[in-house]
Amino acid sequence: MTANGNNQTKMVGKQSILFQNAPYIIATASVAGKKESEGPLGSLFDIVNEDPMFGQNSWEEAESELMKEAAEKVIMKAGLANSDIRYLVGGDLLGQLIATSFGIAELKIPVLGIYGACSTMGEAMSIGAMLVDGGYADRVLAITSSHFAGAEKQFRFPLDYGNQRPYSATWTVTGSGAVIITGEDKKISNPAEADVVIKGITTGKIVDYGIKDSMNMGAAMAPAAFETIKQNLEDFGLQPSYYDRIITGDLGDVGSKILIDLLLEAGHDISKNHMDCGVEIFDKEKQDTHAGGSGCGCSAITFAGYIYRKLKTREWNRVLFLPTGALLSQVSFNEGKTVPGIAHAVMVEAK
Amino acid sequence: MSEKKQVSAKEIINETDTQQRNEYFNQYVKDVTPKNSILGNTVKAFLVGGIICIIGQALTNYYIYMGADEDTGKLYTTITLVFLSVLLTGFGIYQKMAKFGGAGTLVPITGFANSVAAPAVEYKKEGQVFGIGCKIFTIAGPVILYGIFCSWVLGIIYYLLKLLGVV
Repeated sequence: MTANGNNQTKMVGKQSILFQNAPYIIATASVAGKKESEGPLGSLFDIVNEDPMFGQNSWEEAESELMKEAAEKVIMKAGLANSDIRYLVGGDLLGQLIATSFGIAELKIPVLGIYGACSTMGEAMSIGAMLVDGGYADRVLAITSSHFAGAEKQFRFPLDYGNQRPYSATWTVTGSGAVIITGEDKKISNPAEADVVIKGITTGKIVDYGIKDSMNMGAAMAPAAFETIKQNLEDFGLQPSYYDRIITGDLGDVGSKILIDLLLEAGHDISKNHMDCGVEIFDKEKQDTHAGGSGCGCSAITFAGYIYRKLKTREWNRVLFLPTGALLSQVSFNEGKTVPGIAHAVMVEAK
Repeated sequence: MSEKKQVSAKEIINETDTQQRNEYFNQYVKDVTPKNSILGNTVKAFLVGGIICIIGQALTNYYIYMGADEDTGKLYTTITLVFLSVLLTGFGIYQKMAKFGGAGTLVPITGFANSVAAPAVEYKKEGQVFGIGCKIFTIAGPVILYGIFCSWVLGIIYYLLKLLGVV
């Protein structure tokens, strides 16, 4: 696990990185919609906007606005100006990253747009931490967003079309979460709070176990989460009990069960410390969300609003944050393709 | 391959052949995914669909009572039901009915009207031509195309049978 001599390498195992100087997450921000604010984590979000259109004219504009608000909020919370951010690494679910392109255009920050479906927050934080520890940036803003109506329109049906969702279906979260990753600003405003660092990452491969049902994305993504977690434990030589929590992005009820089953057979019991952002964010009985929340915003606002807080207060010290993505498009689905999954693990720790 | 037995996670993990593993996994997913109750859904669909049909019948009776002949009365009924469906779609109510009633709202003509009105509302933002114009039939399009195609095929069959003196 240690780097050797002068010829220092940060690569660990087959797919992981152990950062030399673990980058700090100095601020997070979350913007959420009405339904999310009524969920169990509702009180933890920085900004709640009850208007699904966010004062705009279309769902695409609404999500762009959502992302802009999250970016501005996190910069403000970190006490920085836009010009202090070296790179913004971000993405969303809309075709050709509409929300990212239009939402943050005004901020005038150099941008790396990325797509990893709902795993994008893991990808953004991974790249952000690499840029910082590699010395290519002093401060990076990692951000993602999703919007229920925009996602329904793009991937499923018009909102007013009468249809029924199966129990395995998830509910796209309306929200945007942002974090600022930095190498130098280690100061903490409140000494009672911990510093939160990104210790390492494990980048996922595309994993496809042949699921074709786009309404059961938890099942499609669970094998990806399984392989990335297994790889993370192998690369770092860890047991699942090392982590206070292993938190997947949006597997939902069905996917979570599959993940726990698969890992147990592989010799890793995560049934006690596993959590899923999609399961946490909604009360599925009261809010009628079926298997749970999903979307880029789901893991992003859960991290920004909830997980980060738990680390700050040292309630948890070691978290494996693992946003999961289903890499399907409407075209690939119509052409009868399977739903490939991906999961990126970020080791976030209180220091 | 018809797998009847329960597949365990162990079999999926230990399977080295990708295709076989995917088959195992799909079977396993089927087992662990909660299913809708077919009986419950059928009852709800029967109720909601039945109510829509009763309304339709009542309308027909009313129009005939008002002096329309039977064909015209049915035509007025169709127009009225489509109008009501579009109105309810616009107010976001039809979707809620469909969530409960399922096929009961899908099968009657009101379902067809909903499937045309919903994209119209959704894609209005993309303009009169590329939005509403191009996308209004994204859901109903297949029904229209294959409906017309089927009637064309049946028409030819009917014509041939008539030539042969069968009908």
